[in-house]
Amino acid sequence: MDKKTTLKIADLAKIEISNNELEEIASNLTKILKLVDEMNTISTDNIEPMAHPLNFTQRLRKDEVLENNQRNEFQKNCKYTDDGYYIVPKIID
Amino acid sequence: MWETIIGLEVHTQLRTKSKIFSSASTDFGSEQNTQACAIDLGLPGVLPVLNKDVVFMAIKFGLAINGKIAKKSIFARKNYFYPDLPKGYQISQYELPIVESGSINIFHKDKSKKIGITRAHLEEDAGKSVHDLFDDKSAIDLNRAGTPLIEIVSEPDIRSAEEAVIYLKKLHSLVRYLEISDGNMEQGSFRCDANVSVKKNTDKKLGIRAEIKNINSFKFVENAINFEVNRQINLLENGNSVIQETRLYDPIKNETRPMRSKEEANDYRYFPDPDLLPVVIDSSMIEKIKSDMPELPDKRLERFIKSYKLSEYDANILIADKFLANYFEETLKANNLESKIVANWIITEILALAKKSNIDTENFPVEPNNLNELLVFVKDDIISSKQAKEILQRMWLKGEKANTIIEKEGFQQISDSTELDKIVENVLKNNYKSVEEYMSGKTKLFGFFVGQVMKETEGKANPKIVNELLRGKLDKKC
Repeated sequence: MDKKTTLKIADLAKIEISNNELEEIASNLTKILKLVDEMNTISTDNIEPMAHPLNFTQRLRKDEVLENNQRNEFQKNCKYTDDGYYIVPKIID
Repeated sequence: MWETIIGLEVHTQLRTKSKIFSSASTDFGSEQNTQACAIDLGLPGVLPVLNKDVVFMAIKFGLAINGKIAKKSIFARKNYFYPDLPKGYQISQYELPIVESGSINIFHKDKSKKIGITRAHLEEDAGKSVHDLFDDKSAIDLNRAGTPLIEIVSEPDIRSAEEAVIYLKKLHSLVRYLEISDGNMEQGSFRCDANVSVKKNTDKKLGIRAEIKNINSFKFVENAINFEVNRQINLLENGNSVIQETRLYDPIKNETRPMRSKEEANDYRYFPDPDLLPVVIDSSMIEKIKSDMPELPDKRLERFIKSYKLSEYDANILIADKFLANYFEETLKANNLESKIVANWIITEILALAKKSNIDTENFPVEPNNLNELLVFVKDDIISSKQAKEILQRMWLKGEKANTIIEKEGFQQISDSTELDKIVENVLKNNYKSVEEYMSGKTKLFGFFVGQVMKETEGKANPKIVNELLRGKLDKKC
C-alpha cells in the first residue's frame, strides 16, 4: 500500500491525513492487507460465505406509519436551516 | 453497419405506507423534512429495521419475471458523500440480491423477444437537493430519504431506442399490475438509467459505454438514446473514441452531456451492512405470495383476444394498463353489450377525455356501470351515438348520469317513423333541385339529405330510420 493509494482512500472517506501520519497509516494498512492475503490462501470452497457474525435472521417490521413530525427538534441540532430545509453550500451537477 | 447495445436500470418506488427502514411516512408532496425521522436523518445510534411489505413486493416482482428468489439475501452499504445522503452511505444490495435472473417478453415488429433481467435489488432512495431556492446555497429536503426502491437491472439485450421504450412500458405496466408501485413518472416513482454503447456488427467485443442517468419519461428515454447512439457513431467514424462516463440528458436541448462527477471514480466500497441481518425467505412465504398473484398482462392479453374477440391492437391498448382493463371488463359486465363496441368507446372516447382532462385510469369520473347504461341507450336506439358522445362529455365533466341528462335535455332520439316520414318529406320538398340532381345520377347527394334531416331534428333523428325512409322515397322517384 503506497502513499498515493492511502491518500486516495482517505479522500474517498473524506478523512484528512497529515504528512507525518501518512507513512505509519500506509504501513499499518499494508500489514492488514498482508493478513488478508494470508487468509486468502486458505481454501474456503465448501464454506458458505458469512454475511454477519451473528447467526440470526432479520426481523421484519409491519408496514405502518408510527413517526410524527419532529422537524423542529431535529433542526435544533443543525446550524443552518431555512424555511424547514437543511442548508448546505451550493452543490450543482 | 453499427449495432446498438442497451442495458437499462430502472428505479421503482415501492408502494408502501412507511419507509424501507423506518416508520416515517412515504407520502409525496408533504412539507419539506416533516417526514424525515431520526433513522432517515442517520442520527447516531439509530438502527434500521426492514419493512416486511418491501420484501413481499420484491418477491412478487421476482415471481412475475420468473426470476430466482434468494433464500438468503443481504444488504450492503454503498459509500459516497452527497448532502442528500445523510449517512454517507446508501443501504442497498450488492451480493445476494433478493431477485436474480428473470426475464420479460416484449413484442416489437410482430415478433416476441425475451429481455433478460440480471437482478432486482432493494435499496433506499436519497433525499432531494433544491438548487434554485437560495442564491448561494443549496437546500435539502429529506422526506424522500429512505423511500423503498427496487432497482431492476436488465441484460444488455436491447438493440434500439424503440425496444428500450417497449421494454420500459412493459415493466411499467407490470409493476402497476402487481400493485407494487404507482409508477408515477412525474413524481419520480419510475425512473431509468440507460447504458448505451455501439459496435460494428462484425465485432465480437462490446463497445465502450456511456451511462445516461435519471431519465423520467418514455419519450426522453427514446430521445436520449437516439442522441447518444448518434454521438458515439460520429465519434467512432471520425477516428475518435468513446470514453466511459456518466452523462445527463437535457430534454430542452435534446442532448446528453457529461455529468460533473460527484463521486469521481465511482468507487463505492460496498460492504455488508452490519446493522442488518441476513433476510431469510422460506418457501412457504413464496408459496403464499404465489397464490395471491393477480392475472398478469401477457395472460390477460391472451384472454382478451380469445374471449372478447378483440383485435390484438385493441386488446394491447386495454391491457397495457391494469385499471383500464378492469374498466373495460366492468363496463361489459351487464346488459349484453358487444365487447368490440365497448372497447371502441373506451379507446376512442374515454381515453380522449382522460387525456384532455389529465385524469389517470384509476380515477375516471364516469363509473363503468354508468358508461354501460349510456351504451345501452345507444343499443336500444333511444339516442344516436353522436348524441351519446355529447352526453358522455357531460357525464365526464359534471358527474351526471346518462338518464338524467337525457331526460333533462330532451336528448331522446326520434325513432317514430311517422314523425320522421313527415320531416323527410319536407326536406325533399324544400330541396327539389338536389333531388333532381340525385335522380340524374349524383347519388353522392344522399349524405346531404341525411344531413338536412339531422339539421331539422337537431341531430335527434335515428339515422337508421332516416336512411331507410330516404332510400325508399328517392328510389321510388327514380
